[in-house]
Amino acid sequence: MRLRNYLLGKTLWYIGALVVAVLLNFILPRLVPGNPVDTIVSQAGRSGTQAESLRQIYQHYVREFELDKPLWEQFLAYIANLLQGDLGTSFALYPAKVESVIAEALPWTIGLQLPAILIGWLVGNALGAIAAFKGGWFDRGAFLSSLFLSSMPYYCLAIILLYTFAVALPMLPPGGGYEPGTTPGFTLAFTVDFFRHYWLPFFSLVIIFIGGQAVGMRSMAIYELNSDYVNYGRGLGLPDQRIVRYIFRNAMLPQVTGLALAIGTLVAGALITEIVFSYPGIGYLLFSAISQNDYPVIQAITLIVVVTVLLSNYLVEVAYGFIDPRIRAAQVGER
Amino acid sequence: MRMVRFTPRFWISLAVFLAVVAFGVIGPMFAGDKLGENVGGLYDPPSAEAWLGTDDLGHDIFTNLMFGTRTSLIIGMIAGAVATLIGVVIGLLAGYHGGVLEEILMGITNVALAIPAIVVLILISVALDFRSIVAMAVVIAITSWPWTARAVRAQASSVRTREHLDVARLSGASTWQILVWDVLPYLLSYIAMAFVLQVASAILAEAGLSLLGLGPSNSVSLGIMLNWSLVGESLRTGAWWSFIPPTLLLTLVAFTLLMLQSSLDEVFNPRLRRGQRLARPTAGSGAALAQVGVVTEPAMADVEEVPTDGADTVATGGLGAGPASRSGSGHGRETR
Repeated sequence: MRLRNYLLGKTLWYIGALVVAVLLNFILPRLVPGNPVDTIVSQAGRSGTQAESLRQIYQHYVREFELDKPLWEQFLAYIANLLQGDLGTSFALYPAKVESVIAEALPWTIGLQLPAILIGWLVGNALGAIAAFKGGWFDRGAFLSSLFLSSMPYYCLAIILLYTFAVALPMLPPGGGYEPGTTPGFTLAFTVDFFRHYWLPFFSLVIIFIGGQAVGMRSMAIYELNSDYVNYGRGLGLPDQRIVRYIFRNAMLPQVTGLALAIGTLVAGALITEIVFSYPGIGYLLFSAISQNDYPVIQAITLIVVVTVLLSNYLVEVAYGFIDPRIRAAQVGER
Repeated sequence: MRMVRFTPRFWISLAVFLAVVAFGVIGPMFAGDKLGENVGGLYDPPSAEAWLGTDDLGHDIFTNLMFGTRTSLIIGMIAGAVATLIGVVIGLLAGYHGGVLEEILMGITNVALAIPAIVVLILISVALDFRSIVAMAVVIAITSWPWTARAVRAQASSVRTREHLDVARLSGASTWQILVWDVLPYLLSYIAMAFVLQVASAILAEAGLSLLGLGPSNSVSLGIMLNWSLVGESLRTGAWWSFIPPTLLLTLVAFTLLMLQSSLDEVFNPRLRRGQRLARPTAGSGAALAQVGVVTEPAMADVEEVPTDGADTVATGGLGAGPASRSGSGHGRETR
């Protein structure tokens, strides 16, 4: 009964958050002074597009966004399109559909971020746990460098790595996802080329992530070391091995949550890394969309970020409801 | 105040931060006459005239750096103050009042916490045609207050049942008077720490937005300098003087503010004392486990809590308080 209430409550909250987010996503770009279509078309006009095709483009967008209708009808049309998976037409890459533009960029982002998050998580947790158990100079060194890395903005490390290993010591290519002129495919030459471009953005992400995870894991392990059950276990004369195992399991719980949440935020997690390395993923797409006032693309990216983040947070909370009875109990008193 | 003993770490990080502030505030007064002036060609290397060379427009980078630091600090301070203010007011009201008001305010807070901040930041910045420095700060504040509100509410509701509040109520004090004079003082140390974190995350959020091309219009900030050097291809051409200084300053500011916050935590947090008490029996047991850092450095155990939150913010590109449940539980545990 309690579990059902908990799940129901969480579901309602997340649906509420989703509605607010979609509403913001719809309304904010429409607050642009004038309207975005006028701006875009006037810019296109300056660059000398033919009057006739200009009028066609203009009408296409007015029809697509139903800009001649009242706001609430526009909103209904927007929702209806979303439900059909139609994200509109890009301004800058007319007449490309936003879905296809995003579908092209998304695999690059996932391919970059997912391995970085997983490897960073494994290495970071191992490092943090070892630092907590070993103590001494290893602990101090690992802790301070992890703290430094985790407080450093991730794009700062990206910039420094790029300069060091691609410009000062030209070992790796300075940017892009692959050598211009080659066609992506599953050939040996392309794979080699792909990885040459992959290492720098990958390491700039993974190093920062290791730092954050190590700091978190170390503090959790130390927190557990001070807890009553550890003292009690020692009092009973349990072997260290056993105690370490208990500590590790307890300390892992929040780290697993962290992993799930990090995977949920992966679309927006490395926007600027991709810009620094001109890596052809979502971040780079967003960057060029912003510089060209390509509102449909911007809106689509923010929508994807919102949906993935809310979904992963929701799944984590649901999983916690099943796993941990304390959470369900706490929910009754506190939200 | 003799009871409060600040650690060397506190003084060092404070000194470094104040040096950065002095660079950004005093610097422009004495050497700020070259802003926006052409002093050389495209990416001139550092020389006696231009200490850090010139950027893609031939402007002096050292001058830009001073003004950029100033802009970033101003945005950080305003955003931090506004976000802390909103968070404290909402958290206090919700925690002290309870009932329906608490339900409503915390509902709003939770929804705001769940929506990723970077999305709201991008959408609002795109919608604003001209982004002044103050507008940027307010936009950042709008997205970053929720976790402060949540933490303050938890603390305020623990203060709510104290008896001196009954005395205040009986003597006819109004709700606002009680909140300001009888509840707020209990939270001041916490609010000070939250403010420092808010400032750090606001500075990073501004830098992130500027790098995306959504920085304050017509001004220089550390993020905008990085944006310029990325757009101007200085990374490829090896003009390190245009991007290394702002990168280092940003890292320095973020790191010292987190250090400042964690050393304030050492001073204010009662769990620090518990750590010391626990250290003795653990040290006696002689097991390998006893060599853990807690023994040698009792303070450290408390330190990481909040920096972890900061790390979330950083790692997710200024995603505000990051994952809702995580930052919530982190702060919640401190309050117990």
